[in-house]
Amino acid sequence: MSELRKISRREFMKRTGQAGGGLVFALTFATACTPADEVADPVARKLASVAPNVYVNIRNDGIVEIYCHRSEMGQGIRTSLPQVIGDELEADWDKIKLIQAIGHEKYGDQNTDGSTSIRKHFDLLRNAGATARDMMIAAAAATWGVPAEECVARDHAVHHEASGRSAGYGDLVDAASGMPQPESAEFKSPADYKYIGKPMDTIDGMAFTTGAAKYATDMVLPDMLYGTIERCPALGGSIASLDDAAARAIAGVVDVIRLPEPSSPPVFNVLGGVAVLATNTWAAERGRAALEIEWDLGANAAYSSDTYKEQLIASASAPGRVTLNRGDADAAAASVHEAIYYAPHLSQAPMEPPAAMARVDEDGNCEVWACSQDPQTARATVAGTLGLEPEQVTVNVTLLGGGFGRKSKPDFIAEAAWLAREAGRPVKVQWTREDDIRQGYLHSVSAQYFRAGQDENGATTTWLHRTSFPSIVTTFAPGVPGPQANELSLGAFDSPWDVPNLRIEACDAPAHVRIGWLRSVCNVFHAYGAGCFVDELAHVKGRDPKEHLLEMIGPARQINPADDGADYGNYGQDLAQHPVDTGRLAAVAEKVADMAGWGRELPDGHGLGIAVHRSFLAYVGAVAEVSVDANGMLKVEEIWTCIDAGLVVNPDRVRSQMEGAAIFGMSLALHGEITASGGAIVEGNFDTYPMCRMSEVPHKIHAHIMESDALPGGVGEPGVPPIAPAIVNAYFAASGNRVRELPLRNAGLV
Amino acid sequence: MAVKFLLNNQEVDLDVDPAMPLLWAIRDIAGLTGTKYACGKALCGSCTVHLDGQPVRSCVLPVSAAAGKTVTTIEGLSEDGSHPVQVAWRELNVAQCGYCQSGQIMSAAALLERVPNPSDDDIDGAMSGNICRCGTYTRIREAIHRIAEDQS
Ligand code: FES
Ligand code: FES
Repeated sequence: MSELRKISRREFMKRTGQAGGGLVFALTFATACTPADEVADPVARKLASVAPNVYVNIRNDGIVEIYCHRSEMGQGIRTSLPQVIGDELEADWDKIKLIQAIGHEKYGDQNTDGSTSIRKHFDLLRNAGATARDMMIAAAAATWGVPAEECVARDHAVHHEASGRSAGYGDLVDAASGMPQPESAEFKSPADYKYIGKPMDTIDGMAFTTGAAKYATDMVLPDMLYGTIERCPALGGSIASLDDAAARAIAGVVDVIRLPEPSSPPVFNVLGGVAVLATNTWAAERGRAALEIEWDLGANAAYSSDTYKEQLIASASAPGRVTLNRGDADAAAASVHEAIYYAPHLSQAPMEPPAAMARVDEDGNCEVWACSQDPQTARATVAGTLGLEPEQVTVNVTLLGGGFGRKSKPDFIAEAAWLAREAGRPVKVQWTREDDIRQGYLHSVSAQYFRAGQDENGATTTWLHRTSFPSIVTTFAPGVPGPQANELSLGAFDSPWDVPNLRIEACDAPAHVRIGWLRSVCNVFHAYGAGCFVDELAHVKGRDPKEHLLEMIGPARQINPADDGADYGNYGQDLAQHPVDTGRLAAVAEKVADMAGWGRELPDGHGLGIAVHRSFLAYVGAVAEVSVDANGMLKVEEIWTCIDAGLVVNPDRVRSQMEGAAIFGMSLALHGEITASGGAIVEGNFDTYPMCRMSEVPHKIHAHIMESDALPGGVGEPGVPPIAPAIVNAYFAASGNRVRELPLRNAGLV
Repeated sequence: MAVKFLLNNQEVDLDVDPAMPLLWAIRDIAGLTGTKYACGKALCGSCTVHLDGQPVRSCVLPVSAAAGKTVTTIEGLSEDGSHPVQVAWRELNVAQCGYCQSGQIMSAAALLERVPNPSDDDIDGAMSGNICRCGTYTRIREAIHRIAEDQS
């Protein structure tokens, strides 16, 4: 059965943001060449080629260039993106050359955030491949003087079965150069997929294993300087006095430059501070250590996590703004259970700390090379910082040594651009690990209050959830008092519980640091609180946690939080296409429980815990098995996960994301905590902000992918949220102790 | 001051501050960027290289300590990515972002040199100094076991 979903050309252009500019239809050699700055291969650039759209360029040597407009940070998009385009294009995998696209609106949305690369771009990518394929077919048909319907594309060539003629794609470039681009294209039947749904090897595998992979930190330019920046320990502070004489005296130090003061709100602007520029990293670091700076710490100098925690818990304990209401959550109940959950700030801590190289030419135009999750925002931010038009800024995207949300924020790129202009030489800004952990955009600290009422039969009839955390929106706008709808949409509004009375309240919390996204964002603490509290209810009722969880999820149905007055975002996608489907949530719970052998007899001191969560349009269930030794120490023995993300493009990359998400979730459950004292962040490196190591992670982390032909959901983030509650619930099962604060290391368990 | 050593089988003679960490000498002065910075405090293993065959954290080792010795980085582990550890890493698609993997591979190669058939405890001991924020540990363990099996 052939799938006949089509995108009109108008729609295609709208999605690629080209409606105004117009697509170039007939591309000859002269116009078909893509910008040279995207391609470092001058030989290839001399070849004739045809570009059916901005994502595909077919060369007359038969190589198909595919432009990857999404950033690679470990999720495997540089493999799965050409899988989708190449499949529709009927391209040979070995004849695809992947080119990382610059930041440019012609590609449409490039913000690699929110697990969107496949879920929001699947049709766009299929269309890019399918229209290119049809263009090749049209070129062959015209050359042979036969109807296009009689031709088929297969194995990087077009074939006319009736006459036995074939022509490779490279040989059709000339003919195609005069052809109009097909208005629309029929998508392949999923049954015919060659690459989509297959575990293709990572395209960068050789580079990753030989040291050839280039990250922003690896960029080198002639005459460059290495820069490091001392910034104010507290957000919004400024320099009271600076003595840079000792720094300037260090051999190799070339310049010491003050950056512009930070803005309020901070947005993505530079954070101020003093940069030391030198001929190598070591000299720059030594120069920085020799700076004598007195800081005026400013308005956030009193920020201390100890007192803030009390304040946050008090906020969550009192009524807040009602943001969703069904029935009456205050209705009388036979019994009531309540609890407060607390989780601290976290830092994304990608393995590659933020780094960017910038160069400004004689005309003032700026070119940067950066590990950016969002190159268009980087372009706009650099333009704003330097007072340029966006057209004067080129953003080259390197590989990202991890992102996790940190590299959506281009503040470090703006720093490099500003310093390059001031220094009159190319500058690479390298954040240290301490800079990364102390000066970043932190994941929100949170407190959540839950109260549930049960009837005489033990059925839960009321559910009140109050959530309190400083809002990400404070980073962008002044006067934001507390959680916003877009954040409550992340795992609070789409609460799956089958209860007649449900209320969600947002409780105020001021921000004293830059707040930003971290892998799965507010879902982390919402899933943790709700996932643990529902487990508490099971034990209060004397029920099996998995059976009780399924009962709480209730019958298969679709939930629309707007019915209860919530301003629900659904990850920017249509609820009709991507409903909140409790049936799929229950199915992953059942499946993961089966995988883990739920109900089996466990060794002494072991316990199983289960949690489920929907985020980024995907449904994930997790079971953790933990053991508690004679000293009360916790060990996570094994983790099972199950994801329903609809159709998946590369099952191996999905599995690797689930494995990694389990460990990311373990790290935050066991170790992750960022605290402030006197306005400054206390932790600084992996000794004080530890994360899981080889010796403490399970030898087996199982990841099952549900077979599904539903529209693709997200993959990079949804694996994280259910992990912490599964571990905490398993610890309760093993020990009888309920821990309501993360990380568990503060309870002396690890 | 000039510091001479053998870097990936090539004599190098670097005019550097002898206190400069080997990491920055390799990256900024010798121009080999496969060895990565991630903590600078011997806490994460990203900068692991071999010094006379032993795995060391180059971020805390002064370049002067390499004088007269042999330094091998990821670029020198094999000419063409054919070292068994590199091959196994690709077969199992270990890498996610890849950033920590130079250090992971150098640590694993040194372990297998010393203990051709490592136990899980051996792996924990040799590999726990290498952090992977992407969480590729289970595949790293599997890859090391696979290499040991293939070679026995
Ligand atoms: S950079 Fe050397 S151990 Fe982390
Ligand atoms: S693969 Fe990304 S840090 Fe290890």
